[in-house]
Amino acid sequence: MSLADLFTVVAVSAGAVFFLAGTVGLLRFPDALTRLHALTKADNLGLGLVVLGLLPRVDGVLGGLKLVAIWLLALLAGAAVSQLIARAARSPGPRG
Amino acid sequence: MTDAATLFGLCAAALVGIGVYALIVNPQPLRKIVAFNVVGNGVFVLFGAIAHRGAGAGWGGDPVPQALLITGLVVAFSATALAVTLLLRLFEEAGSATLAPDAPAPAKPDTSDG
Amino acid sequence: MTEALNVGLALVILALALWTVVARDTFAAVVGFVAYGLLLTLVWVQLRGIDVALTEAALGSGLTGALLIRAAARLRKTESAARAERPGVLTRIVALLAAGCVTAALAVAVLALPDPAPTLAPETADNLAATGVGNPITAVLLAFRAMDTMLEAIVVLFALVGVWSLAPDRAWGGRPGPLQRADPDGILAYLARALPPVGLVVGVYIFWIGADLPGGKFQGATILAAMWLLAVMAGLADAPPVSRTWLRLALVGGPVVFIAVGVAGAAYAGAFLAYPDGLAKPLIKVIEWALLPSLAVTLALILAGVPERTST
Repeated sequence: MSLADLFTVVAVSAGAVFFLAGTVGLLRFPDALTRLHALTKADNLGLGLVVLGLLPRVDGVLGGLKLVAIWLLALLAGAAVSQLIARAARSPGPRG
Repeated sequence: MTDAATLFGLCAAALVGIGVYALIVNPQPLRKIVAFNVVGNGVFVLFGAIAHRGAGAGWGGDPVPQALLITGLVVAFSATALAVTLLLRLFEEAGSATLAPDAPAPAKPDTSDG
Repeated sequence: MTEALNVGLALVILALALWTVVARDTFAAVVGFVAYGLLLTLVWVQLRGIDVALTEAALGSGLTGALLIRAAARLRKTESAARAERPGVLTRIVALLAAGCVTAALAVAVLALPDPAPTLAPETADNLAATGVGNPITAVLLAFRAMDTMLEAIVVLFALVGVWSLAPDRAWGGRPGPLQRADPDGILAYLARALPPVGLVVGVYIFWIGADLPGGKFQGATILAAMWLLAVMAGLADAPPVSRTWLRLALVGGPVVFIAVGVAGAAYAGAFLAYPDGLAKPLIKVIEWALLPSLAVTLALILAGVPERTST
């Protein structure tokens, strides 16, 4: 297995570990705010490590940039939605 | 290649069965709409498995069924949208979202004109 | 290795479908359905149907999920009444038998499929050069089975007309959906300012690339519609009154162009929606560019819902 393949396997496995941790947190934490905290770990670090691991396998800079853009968009959406859910979970009322 | 098609074809058959069961058993109309969508997606996956078996000419699947599937997905979305809107209007007008013919009259007076 | 992945995927999808059946809360069932739709996207990738995967992610789980989540939130009050109506054992047994028969019939059909499988791929490949596009699915949608696509665009428009026809008399021709008041400094307004420019580029790119690579106008139009809906949800834009002329012109523009090309084909090339030799690619481009804004507006308005406010 070449060095790039080894790097891919290690990075994607580490990302999978973060996803697993996030899922365990989602199932085991007591309330909505702590569950959101667990989910953001999966979203940011897990997806980031998976994208990092896939970068050696793309053909060309454009493909790599697209992967990173996907990660950034997931970060943006995840952060915004987490704040909205947290606000709604804390005080059910008009949206902020 | 054939194994993936057969596996997902059988999975699709099970999905249609699950959806049919949910359609009959759940009393709430929104759950029935969700069950109908499960049945629809199962049928689409079945069709996709058949398209995958027809791979040739360098492509991974037969393009004609796949194009028909895209059409099917769009039309299924349109039907779901109309069904959900009908359900919401029923809820607004009648005060309860039930399909039972002998449902008790709602407590609140019907203030909206129809 | 992919066998294990496929088996795992199939098992998780069946588990999610069962979850949508047995979940006690309707909202939980709808969330399960959205996750099920996203996993189906992976199934499509495994079945090598990338165009269908894009459509499933955008329409099947994206827009349908948004629709169902909003309906589940509005219908929360009917939960207790619905729970009182749970069916008896006899209905469950009959339902189980019906489901079992359907599953068995379909499974037998799947296992008895002819081998070698009949396919239209070689004929499509032979005739692809005449259409001028590289993506066979786009060629099938807009050249070989253009009639289906035209009727599909009209069906989506009919669904919108059906949604509008449910408006109460006092709000006929008014603005769809309730007035959205969001904090102008809040996170939703920020997202609605940051995401639509990116979404616009991505949507148009997916539409543009559909000629040669997986993509197409339905997927692109869905992304554009979603961006507009995000702006409406954040209060940055308001849904227009449905009686506005420019809105109605935008809606019918795409199908009208499609029908016009079809009639011109009947006049010049001998059959409805036939393309004269050498004009296939430009005509396909004209149809696609006309359909994209119409589809985006139609899908967005279907999601926006029934007119509820009088236009002021």
